[in-house]
Amino acid sequence: MTTKKTTKKATASPRKRTAKPALYKASNDELIEFYRQMLLIRRFEEKAGQMYGMGLIGGFCHLYIGQEAVAVGVQSALKEGDKVISGYREHGQMVALGSDPRAIMAELTGRSGGVSQGKGGSMHMFDPANGFYGGHGIVGAQVSLGTGLAFANKYRKTDNVSVSYFGDGAANQGQVYESFNMAEIWNLPAIYIIENNQYAMGTSVSRASSQPQLYRRGESFNIPGRHVDGMNVLAVRAAMEDALDHCRSGKGPMILEMETYRYRGHSMSDPAKYRSKEEVQKMRADHDAIDRIKDVILKAGAASEDELKQIDKDVKAIVADAANFAQECPEPDLSELYTDVLA
Amino acid sequence: MAIEITMPALSPTMEEGTLAAWLVKEGDTVTSGDVIAEIETDKATMEVESIDDGVVAQILIEAGTDNVAVGTLIALLAEEGEDPASLDVSNPAPEPAAAPADAAPAPAEQASVAAVPAAEAAPVDINVPEGTPMQTLTVREALRDAMAEEMRLDGDVFVMGEEVAEYQGAYKVTQGLLDEFGAERVIDTPITEHGFAGLGVGAAFAGLKPVIEFMTFNFAMQAIDHIINSAAKTRYMSGGLVECSIVFRGPNGAASRVGAQHSHNYASWYSSVPGLKVIAPYDAADNKGLLKAAIRDPNPVVFLENELMYGETFDVPEMDDYVVPIGKARTFREGNDVTIVSYSITVGEALKAADMLAEEGISAEVIDLRTIRPLDINAVIESVKKTNRCVVAEEGWPQCSVASDVSAQLMEQAFDWLDAPVTRVNSVDVPLPYAANLEKAAVVSADDVVKAAKAVCYVE
Repeated sequence: MTTKKTTKKATASPRKRTAKPALYKASNDELIEFYRQMLLIRRFEEKAGQMYGMGLIGGFCHLYIGQEAVAVGVQSALKEGDKVISGYREHGQMVALGSDPRAIMAELTGRSGGVSQGKGGSMHMFDPANGFYGGHGIVGAQVSLGTGLAFANKYRKTDNVSVSYFGDGAANQGQVYESFNMAEIWNLPAIYIIENNQYAMGTSVSRASSQPQLYRRGESFNIPGRHVDGMNVLAVRAAMEDALDHCRSGKGPMILEMETYRYRGHSMSDPAKYRSKEEVQKMRADHDAIDRIKDVILKAGAASEDELKQIDKDVKAIVADAANFAQECPEPDLSELYTDVLA
Repeated sequence: MAIEITMPALSPTMEEGTLAAWLVKEGDTVTSGDVIAEIETDKATMEVESIDDGVVAQILIEAGTDNVAVGTLIALLAEEGEDPASLDVSNPAPEPAAAPADAAPAPAEQASVAAVPAAEAAPVDINVPEGTPMQTLTVREALRDAMAEEMRLDGDVFVMGEEVAEYQGAYKVTQGLLDEFGAERVIDTPITEHGFAGLGVGAAFAGLKPVIEFMTFNFAMQAIDHIINSAAKTRYMSGGLVECSIVFRGPNGAASRVGAQHSHNYASWYSSVPGLKVIAPYDAADNKGLLKAAIRDPNPVVFLENELMYGETFDVPEMDDYVVPIGKARTFREGNDVTIVSYSITVGEALKAADMLAEEGISAEVIDLRTIRPLDINAVIESVKKTNRCVVAEEGWPQCSVASDVSAQLMEQAFDWLDAPVTRVNSVDVPLPYAANLEKAAVVSADDVVKAAKAVCYVE
């Protein structure tokens, strides 16, 4: 198949970024917590990448580096009973929802102390006690499943929502639209977070999507959508507040397209030759979510440089501890091969 | 010459129906396209249109008559210029009994094979107290009762699928559920199998107990990713953290002349997947008891029904809570010379074959697997230890079939007990054809089973 734009190397984000996004008015404590969580995700993922390189983590490993503002902005807005589901780039989301970094890292190394006792791996992590239902490896499947989580919330007459994270690539799967349709006709409290990191593996949005404005993908189902700066945690959080108001008040589903960027390849084995180094550098230099919140904190006087340095140190310690645990923890007992197939 | 109006066949499997109402009376003038009567089939109430112009001369079957066979003369229409009063019903009326075979040959034949007089069926092998009264139910009613009973017991059970609610079920299996349980628990979906199967699995992750109906399992191929990747594997992938109690149910396998895309038996496909349970019952009691067990089961269950069996009647124990355990085969008929293993509709062929073999002095034991995964291979082995010969009959393709697996397991585990190679009797290895004669030649018949049984007994 020929595509419309094949002449040049694709560039990210052919669109203008959102003009003046509404920003969440965070307290000083919240600002610091956002910083701490985003930094924890980044350091955690850097460590995971390093351990992958050392052969301690096997299989596929998809890092969240660059997209931290999305998970932190979204998760910080949720409450007890809300349910979250994702694809296979989920380590960062799990950190943000409060799962134990030790157990996440030990899952990456396939050890008995992992969240899934080493049987799931990087792509299949679950933490239902914290409202997280995976960790799904078939692109787009989490959207139907997440719609089912929303259905359960409505069936039980709670005001809880479900959040389904999926990427710009999944946004082209048919079941996404089957789910949109059902969510709207049944008025389900479902928030669809499209993490548009610009590339579905090596294919840019402009090459793969007839309507690249992904937040408009719900229009023919009458689902409202918002285009959000996914590199700004305050913009993400503000958009989430609106979506939660919409959903909790019984108005049905909503789509938030988070325009974001992954700094690393699609997975550890992706050399990312479909984009230029300059493009990546420019995103890191001009739009990095952690740098941005750091500026906000310093300007607001919410914390001093020294206080932030202390947070960096604490975060590094948490990650180092998780990495140690993940290497020292034993592999699952061989008897575990046969457990958990059936209840 | 009067125009004869006969009881129409309104579905591929219809043999008889209720003449619910006449919308015309004798003496009325009708034109082609006028609705003249309403007929209730086992699936739906249908309107009957006149295909000719004329005056209603005589109504021969009263409104409200049940069990009117397809092809029965129900009214006479006088053509223009004819005197309605002069028409004499006794002369032109054909023999009603002869008509059904012409109208729908395949269904009539298939169904007569499948119908096993309830009296001949072995008693169900669970603890049914002696003297328990029996009720006569169709498989369709048994399935409906199972869902209704479980929905009364557990508010987390809901039914979802295409046409399950307002239409009362494409095959009327969910008839009455909407009235009793309301639209929040009996949910019509858009035609969106992939989506609603995934939605159901997500709801099961959250602790609900969905019963997902596929109009046929052929359509579940759109959804098979969720059945296998999402439902069957998640408990394992999550180290036991995430539950998934869900039933996927609907008709499976060949029906009656519905062509290759609507006639596939998926038992062997699903039965190869760890994390699933797969059930394919034969009679009404097992359909009821096993569906109740499936809904209660904490695991994903694929429940394979058969359209041709929906209208068949059997005895079902009248008990408050009739549950049949999953994973137990049933010895339907005892015998000494050869074991015939089967499941679903083909059990009917096996029983018929056993009768035919008995006439030739061969005593056949018939085992209904009932559950395909976990497979009760021990029941088969125990039988083979007695008979030393085994035929596995299955309406489905031969390669990688349930019959193949039973054969392999017998070779591994009962080799020393066998006096002849285990023989598979499967459907012909082609996409199912439409033409009546070809379809009949493609599916498993009692004659095929008899032939195989005699071969393993080295008779003839």
